[in-house]
Amino acid sequence: MEVDRADGRTRNQLRSLACTRGTLNRAHGSATWSQGETKVFAAVFGPKAGMKKNENPEKACIEVIWKPKTGQIGKPEKEYEMILKTTLQSICLLTVNPNTTTSIIVQVVNDDGALLPCAINAACAALVDAGIPLKHLAVAICCCLADGGYVILDPCKLEEQRTKAFAYLVFPNSLASVRRKGLLQVEVEPVEHGIITSVTRGVMPVEDYLRCLERGRAVSAKLSEFLRRSMQLQAPSESPTAVFETHS
Amino acid sequence: MGPMNGSGDLSSEMEVDAFRRLFPLWFHERHLLESIRPDGRSLGRARDTTLALGAVASADGSALAKIGCTTMLAAIKMEVMTPTVESPDEGCIAVEFHMPPICSAIVRPGRPAEVAPVVSKQLSDTLLRQVVMTFSGMIDLKDLSLVSGKAAWMAYLDIYCLDADGALFDTALLSAVAAFCHLKFPMVSLNDDGRVVVVSGESKGGKSGKEAVNKEQRKLNLISIPFSLTCTLHNNYILADPTAEEESIMETLVTVILDSSLRLVSFYKPGGPVLAFTSAVM
Repeated sequence: MEVDRADGRTRNQLRSLACTRGTLNRAHGSATWSQGETKVFAAVFGPKAGMKKNENPEKACIEVIWKPKTGQIGKPEKEYEMILKTTLQSICLLTVNPNTTTSIIVQVVNDDGALLPCAINAACAALVDAGIPLKHLAVAICCCLADGGYVILDPCKLEEQRTKAFAYLVFPNSLASVRRKGLLQVEVEPVEHGIITSVTRGVMPVEDYLRCLERGRAVSAKLSEFLRRSMQLQAPSESPTAVFETHS
Repeated sequence: MGPMNGSGDLSSEMEVDAFRRLFPLWFHERHLLESIRPDGRSLGRARDTTLALGAVASADGSALAKIGCTTMLAAIKMEVMTPTVESPDEGCIAVEFHMPPICSAIVRPGRPAEVAPVVSKQLSDTLLRQVVMTFSGMIDLKDLSLVSGKAAWMAYLDIYCLDADGALFDTALLSAVAAFCHLKFPMVSLNDDGRVVVVSGESKGGKSGKEAVNKEQRKLNLISIPFSLTCTLHNNYILADPTAEEESIMETLVTVILDSSLRLVSFYKPGGPVLAFTSAVM
């Protein structure tokens, strides 16, 4: 049963992804990430000396500033800042540069649905561009529940507003290229199945949430593949650009 | 294990309180090995919860909720306003969450706590979900309408944190829901100008043409009541209802909100070093 989405995509199809690194030449690291019409700029400055108050000086500190496209900074922006901060804290190696602050500035250029996952992906790419030591990368995806009870991925703004419930999920990226073939998995589940962050809006039955999780994990492998390719397209003098179209 | 043994030797010499402050993580981990927490609870047990309705006499609805030491006071004041043109049948609810300096040593006057606007936004998302087609929040805004297109209720919900000792969102949600349960609409009547004003309890004699628009004091109808639980994840342990000390050491927090028909309203895990696998999610 094929579902009719406004732009003709299938259920599991993502919008076209584009990632550009090194767009700003004054920032230590910068990246643009766009998913369809949603576009987010991220810039990284750091590590800088000094910490904010009440932070642990034995670890590096991460500060996020979220700038909306229009309007003043209010509670939704503060919430996004907090979610981004805790997500990025979990992927950075904080003990490498203690007593320093790394600032990440996120600027929304256009919001057409799935804004928070786009911002997380952009911030991750900017961190790589700046050379901040990371444990692994984070891939973020938005899954929403359509009327018939099935899960659709990467909704646009209209679909997001009309849906009953949606979930933003962030997974660590898959280690397929690093892990040698035939290596046994020590834990019961591979690392890339863990959830770094999950934010849900709207009411949904528990089974639907678990289905969103499964779908999200399946897609995170594809997103990691795209990330890996875009990181590898690297010539020191040019800013690398990668575009990805998915059909599934 | 060198430093561990070192601190182990020290612990036999120093007092428990000193050990707790100097090596908080080891202190808690030694308790976790025995499947118990410093205050004597088992890993999955929440703290004692008390709820008092009608704590504030001057408000239209109020409640005081305590989970362990975390205390929240919620109060609702109602006001009549004209509804917007786009939704003439709906009232409005404004949710505000305050963390005054009384609640914790970390909060100072003039510098709002980082967590306050986040909790406030989460609360307003849970209590009302503004969706055009379907509705899945606790309160139907159409219940708040008086005269379609002309008058509707505006409810100001203020939640004050009086003591912050972990699990802030749980207590705030509990006090907000209780305040809405306790809410009684004040009596209103039509003014001579055709405007709706609030009248106090008794009406004298009665001028002609003035009658109460809603004669009986009714209560607000709640569709499904959400309840939430916050847990922290540490290594392979899940601790339910953490205190502020546990929250500051174990940085990964998960908040799950379910409603009365056991559907998932929210599964909120804002980052954090520990990954949640399927087994943990179950």
